[in-house]
Amino acid sequence: MKRFLALSTAMGLVAGPALADVNLLSWGGAYGNSHLEAYAKPFTAETGINVIMSDADNPATPIKAQVEAGNVSVDVASVEYADAVRLCDEGALEVIDPAILLPAEDGTAAADDFIDGAVTECFVATDVYSMVLAFNDTAFPEAKPATPADFFDLEAFQGKRTMRKGAKFNLELALMADGVPAAEVYEVLGTPEGVDRAFAKLDTIKSEVIWWEAGAQPPQLLADGEVSMAYAFNGRIFNAAQADGQPFEIIWDAQIYEMEGWVVPKGAPNLEQAMEFVAWTTASAPQARAAEFISYGPPRRSAAAMVGNIEGTEEPMGPNLPTFDANMAGALASDLDFWVDRDAELIERFNSWLAS
Amino acid sequence: MADAALDPHAAIATTASGVGSGTLTTADGMPLARALAHSQRRARRRAFLLVLPLLAFILITFVVPIGQMLARSFHNDGFSANMPQVSAWFASTEHGTAPDDAAWTALAQDLVASADARSIGVVGTRINYDMPGTRSLFTATGRQVRRGLEPPYQEALLEINEAWGDPRLWSVMRSASTPVTANFYLAAVDRTRDEDGNIQQVEEQQRIYLTLFWRTFWLSAVITGLTFILGFPIAHLLATLPMRKSNLLMILVLLPFWTSLLVRTTSWMVLLQQQGVINDILVWMGIIGGDARLQMIYNRTGTIIAMTHILLPFMILPLYSVMRTINPAYVRAARSLGATSWTAFRRVYFPQTLPGLGAGAMLVFILAVGYYITPALVGGSSGQLISNMIAQHMTGTLNWSMAAALAALLLGSVLILYWLYDRLVGVDNLKLG
Repeated sequence: MKRFLALSTAMGLVAGPALADVNLLSWGGAYGNSHLEAYAKPFTAETGINVIMSDADNPATPIKAQVEAGNVSVDVASVEYADAVRLCDEGALEVIDPAILLPAEDGTAAADDFIDGAVTECFVATDVYSMVLAFNDTAFPEAKPATPADFFDLEAFQGKRTMRKGAKFNLELALMADGVPAAEVYEVLGTPEGVDRAFAKLDTIKSEVIWWEAGAQPPQLLADGEVSMAYAFNGRIFNAAQADGQPFEIIWDAQIYEMEGWVVPKGAPNLEQAMEFVAWTTASAPQARAAEFISYGPPRRSAAAMVGNIEGTEEPMGPNLPTFDANMAGALASDLDFWVDRDAELIERFNSWLAS
Repeated sequence: MADAALDPHAAIATTASGVGSGTLTTADGMPLARALAHSQRRARRRAFLLVLPLLAFILITFVVPIGQMLARSFHNDGFSANMPQVSAWFASTEHGTAPDDAAWTALAQDLVASADARSIGVVGTRINYDMPGTRSLFTATGRQVRRGLEPPYQEALLEINEAWGDPRLWSVMRSASTPVTANFYLAAVDRTRDEDGNIQQVEEQQRIYLTLFWRTFWLSAVITGLTFILGFPIAHLLATLPMRKSNLLMILVLLPFWTSLLVRTTSWMVLLQQQGVINDILVWMGIIGGDARLQMIYNRTGTIIAMTHILLPFMILPLYSVMRTINPAYVRAARSLGATSWTAFRRVYFPQTLPGLGAGAMLVFILAVGYYITPALVGGSSGQLISNMIAQHMTGTLNWSMAAALAALLLGSVLILYWLYDRLVGVDNLKLG
């Protein structure tokens, strides 16, 4: 990282006219690395604008603090969708003009190229991650589970399950397993009967569920044979299967996806460069490149086909991404408004249900 | 002369020579008491300056943040500060007044202003705490009114969303129109207000906090008891063994104490899970069948085992330090006077360990009440504690007012228990070493 900074500074000097830098706040880890390799380095090479990267546990928190204190040092930050909407509602973010977004290489306008919800007033998505069902292949030598209904079928597919300890994702999954089509899930969940129905479905497997709290738990539980099936974040399952060679399979049916992306804090010191960075990095090619580093899918339809091999291997990354065409059939977009509205109420109900 | 006045001995010497004038004075005529106070004041000021950095540190890093946090539990101006006109209307009308034209106008103008200032999300969030599902009503309406809102406002707002006419919404807005509220405390004990403002229990399927409070105190008491039963003999052994052996044993006690909490919690997972070491051994020995493996973790049992282990040193160390100071001659004397070993222990030895036991029990109990990460990881559905809900509200739902109310109740109950302890046992009897 330090070397890169020195390098990019040197390049900036060579480039001649002094250009302002872009201060990018990201998450660190493998995810931050994908930002560095696919966005920051090529952006500097192409435009001569330096990118100074720093990390935070959750960039939304320092942004909020900086804007409230009126001392903003970040130009672009990577945040979760939910935080982007919240911060935007509170007036902590600059509005991003959708006209700056670049069209796809075949000329499709950006507005048509991004998947639904990927571009909002203050937010442009960079990647899509999802909650998926996964199973340990060795637990099911014969018939393999393939649908959410199978996850709830304890007789045909024996063994314990692990699910995230919380209401979000689980209620949607229960309804889909109960036969509600993805498109109607939030409509049904918006009614008291729908919530009852979801909890009734969860009741059927309650005794066999281990509730996970940290994202690292589900692959661990699957690997130990403690559970046969898990409901977990796709990146965690992919990493365990890819890097550790675990026999895990992902069921993409009924995946629930969410997005992360760029926001520009209100009062960003280098606004113009920040917007240029947002536009440049959300073009199809950099998006596709980023997906080779981590199994989060590009939110642009045109980028999906351009994703190459998993970095450092000869295997194609495409089929491992939530946004892969075949994986998107039956996928559900997490409804943020629903959850911000009902979060507290449903979490209380969920915990009450857990305790009973 | 000023120096002489500051020296108490000099003062006495001079007043001794001035006998006969009635009151004792120093050489320069100042009354002795004042001179003494004056000279001590400077010493006291110097001492105070020495502790000032510590006081400032405690004030800045402890009292102020905790005070601010706890203040959120009864003070939330998310609505009142951003919706001034309709708040003023609520202040000027009786409880239960149906909204009139003035109210609708005030509401509409506040909504427009708040939408322009982009504080509408804050307003919606505040109302959403008391009436789930309303945040999006505010933000969606805000998006529409930014394009302009024409009178008559009542019709215009109802046109945008019929929910604006809901009497419960108006009742909730009324209660949010003053920044000071008891609603978060009500919610923290599973209570809510109905349309008319009467306090009632929440629906049965939403009740959770009282159960968790009760469980937290009960489990903490059980864990304190277990650490006592397990820790007492170990502390005794540590205190009575020859130094070389007891040092080795002490390292065994301290090693886990120095190990990361997460590592210890994870080790318990490896040991206790159904495919774990203990179950494997039991199955291998034929004690249980392969299909009847014991569920020892991800439930209350797991929480108790893991927390007892983690908190054990907090019981052992104070007990040990007190036991070290007990003179073995007392027990020998009791025995030589004919006491059985049990009587000697019960009447002579055990009472002397009480200060250490009190300190250990207090430490373990208070730490257990606020425990968070271990129950979150191994607690499953039946081992959750109240701190897990506090964390949920801090980081998940971002309802800090609710988290503060729960934390204040927890703090309050611990202080009450501390007071009870002081009344029954006496805090003077605590001995940490």
